[in-house]
Amino acid sequence: MNFNDYDPGDFYDELFIQQGQPRPEAIPLIERLNALGMEEVLRRQKAAQIALFKMGVTFNVYSDNQGTERILPFDIIPRIVSADDWTILEKGLKQRIYALNKFLADVYSDQKILKDSVIPAEIVYSASGFLKPCMGLQPPEGIWCHITGTDLVRDRNGQWYVLEDNLRCPSGVSYVLENRRVMKSTFPMVFDTMKIQAVEEYPSQLLETLLNLAPDHLSDPTVVVLTPGIYNSAYFEHSFLAQQMGVQLVEGRDLVVTDGYLQMRTTKGLQRVDVIYRRIDDDFIDPKAFRPDSMLGVPGLMEVYRAGKVAIANALGTGVADDKVIYSYVPDMIRYYLGEEAIIPNVPTFLCWEPHQQSHVLANLDKLVVKSAGESGGYGMLVGPHATPAQREEFAQKIKAFPRNYIAQPTLCLSRVPAIIDDQFEGCHVDLRPYILYGKNIFVNPGGLTRVALRRGSLVVNSSQGGGSKDTWVVCKE
Amino acid sequence: MLSRVADSIYWLTRYVERAENVARFVEVNLNLLLDSSSATTQWEPIVLTTGDLPLFRDRYGEATAENVIRFLTFDADYPNSILSCLRIARENARSVRDVISSEMWQQVNSFYLMVTEMAQSGHLSDLATILNFFEEVKLQSHLFAGVMDATMTHNEGWHFGQIGRLIERADKTARILDVKYYILLPSPKDVGSTLDELQWMALLKSASAYEMYRKQGAHRISPMAVAEFLILDREFPRSVRSCITRAERSLHHITGTPVGNWRIPVERSLGRLRSDLDYITIEEIIQQGLHEFLDNLQSRMNEVGDKIFTTFFSLETVA
Repeated sequence: MNFNDYDPGDFYDELFIQQGQPRPEAIPLIERLNALGMEEVLRRQKAAQIALFKMGVTFNVYSDNQGTERILPFDIIPRIVSADDWTILEKGLKQRIYALNKFLADVYSDQKILKDSVIPAEIVYSASGFLKPCMGLQPPEGIWCHITGTDLVRDRNGQWYVLEDNLRCPSGVSYVLENRRVMKSTFPMVFDTMKIQAVEEYPSQLLETLLNLAPDHLSDPTVVVLTPGIYNSAYFEHSFLAQQMGVQLVEGRDLVVTDGYLQMRTTKGLQRVDVIYRRIDDDFIDPKAFRPDSMLGVPGLMEVYRAGKVAIANALGTGVADDKVIYSYVPDMIRYYLGEEAIIPNVPTFLCWEPHQQSHVLANLDKLVVKSAGESGGYGMLVGPHATPAQREEFAQKIKAFPRNYIAQPTLCLSRVPAIIDDQFEGCHVDLRPYILYGKNIFVNPGGLTRVALRRGSLVVNSSQGGGSKDTWVVCKE
Repeated sequence: MLSRVADSIYWLTRYVERAENVARFVEVNLNLLLDSSSATTQWEPIVLTTGDLPLFRDRYGEATAENVIRFLTFDADYPNSILSCLRIARENARSVRDVISSEMWQQVNSFYLMVTEMAQSGHLSDLATILNFFEEVKLQSHLFAGVMDATMTHNEGWHFGQIGRLIERADKTARILDVKYYILLPSPKDVGSTLDELQWMALLKSASAYEMYRKQGAHRISPMAVAEFLILDREFPRSVRSCITRAERSLHHITGTPVGNWRIPVERSLGRLRSDLDYITIEEIIQQGLHEFLDNLQSRMNEVGDKIFTTFFSLETVA
């Protein structure tokens, strides 16, 4: 079989307009793949998987107490984003991050947006990510969210939507970098003929973003990456980023608050830490301020942070903008703070706490996806069309009992990209998570992580639910 | 450097070295078994070498070849089996991946995968496979040391790794000499009696010392000369003295104190030990009793290990 037989079907396909007709930007790739032949493509697919395993590009499986690591299944057929599409997405993402940061700064200080009733105050106060102790905080340069991974999807018509914002500790950028490394050795000739935007700038940009947070008078600030440790599912990424930036990877037990500063325990005594890229959730970061049972954080960190003696990326409290109910107000934030319309629309969203919308949701559970407001990673979800009547009834009860906690969205027909399943090309649904850094300027890493549902017909792309990944190629402008 | 990181690198190299030494112990005994002339191959002394004989007896009972090999190589519940050593080494490497070189990580990772694969394959009873396996373990360990030497900056972390490896190696050389010597020559008055040359050759081989021993001055094999070579040779890389001398150099690289001086207790302990080894003669050692000497040596090395912990790694006592 080769690509001539591949039928995109009744879906928006990222590589094909219709059977036998690749999109213009995908032509060199498809030609090359056809020339290689299926056997060779399969061989390279296998080689790429082995390379990732040897490189130890893995994630941990939570439930497994053996500490088993797996590689994120990797498919070597890349997803291609045209230069025109990318120009719009990049602009739209910058606009969104800019507005979200304005919102965070506002909601933890004057709360103008609440006073002007653009967003109902009770929604913000009831969000699990809203942290009272963060009121009045003044993060350096007024930036709260420095690192974002925004999930985008495309529907049957090729329209882009923002699916959700991840403003706490978005994962996956290490796969973007490592997948690219493997892809370059898998298809060097295609890289040679196609102009694809590089992704390797990310670690330097991240370091710049973090250094930007240190007080100006420090000539050589100490930046660290804070990880929960080797059992965390994203541990590989934490160590990878620290290594690529050349900074220390620390755990809570390496840190201590003394003399009003955050310090780390070294072989030569205590050493001051100036900037933390934290990969620990707010609740766990300081047992004195938040969860007293947390073993991962540093007692007293909040006090040092409040005094401005250590900077944290992302700032504590950013999780409030991660809430799925607050997400539905982002277009309003953009209008309110920037006086612009959102360039990338949200997926239409029904809020269950509004009686009208709730009755619509309850009447249409078989057509909608219901998500709980504070969860991520594909947990706490109901995919209506694929659920049993009993599951739908269970969610109906949950929604009635705690309407604030639920939103519903129409089931989008996600766009597809061919992937190798059982030695054949098969259209698989994808989403896209670009990574955005906000330091002196806003930087959007070209492309992002394309997650792919590697089960036939599945719409769920999360790695915890059997998804995999693809390299994402953003074509350079002519 | 973070205390935790220094600690992890120290144990990373130490456990890789330990796995290698376990492979050496077993391999040499297996080779003896294959020599029909030495009918009295004993397996219990090998377990005795590890210091874990009581644990072994509890779990396995009789020290047959198969029991001992299973215990020392693939027993996941025994913390010093080759499998466990590699698991701990890899875990340590994983926790400091950002500090060591990727090549080191990849080497310890594939080393670990090789050992787990072997453990799962169930080919334990096949002598050819198992001998091949021990050969491979030694090779992978050397590869790791070589990769580390060639790809990691010789900075503080590297020196901690050196200390871990060298202390472990000195300890194991001392142990194996102690046990073998005791079995072969139960009392000092036996020195000079007829010797089982094959056994002594095996002892040397287990420290990869046979060829080097032959090349240096005393070509003939005599118990005293073997003991002297393994304890006091200045140039042989597995001799106790050579290990201690280099460990001391690494320690002083870390602290910045010139060798021959001391500022902190660990420098004093290690310096004193090195100095004793510089000036003592094998005659003096035999006179005071080889076993007593080696026993004392091991407790002094343990003391050094403890002091390294309290000086550099212990999270509580950092000033």
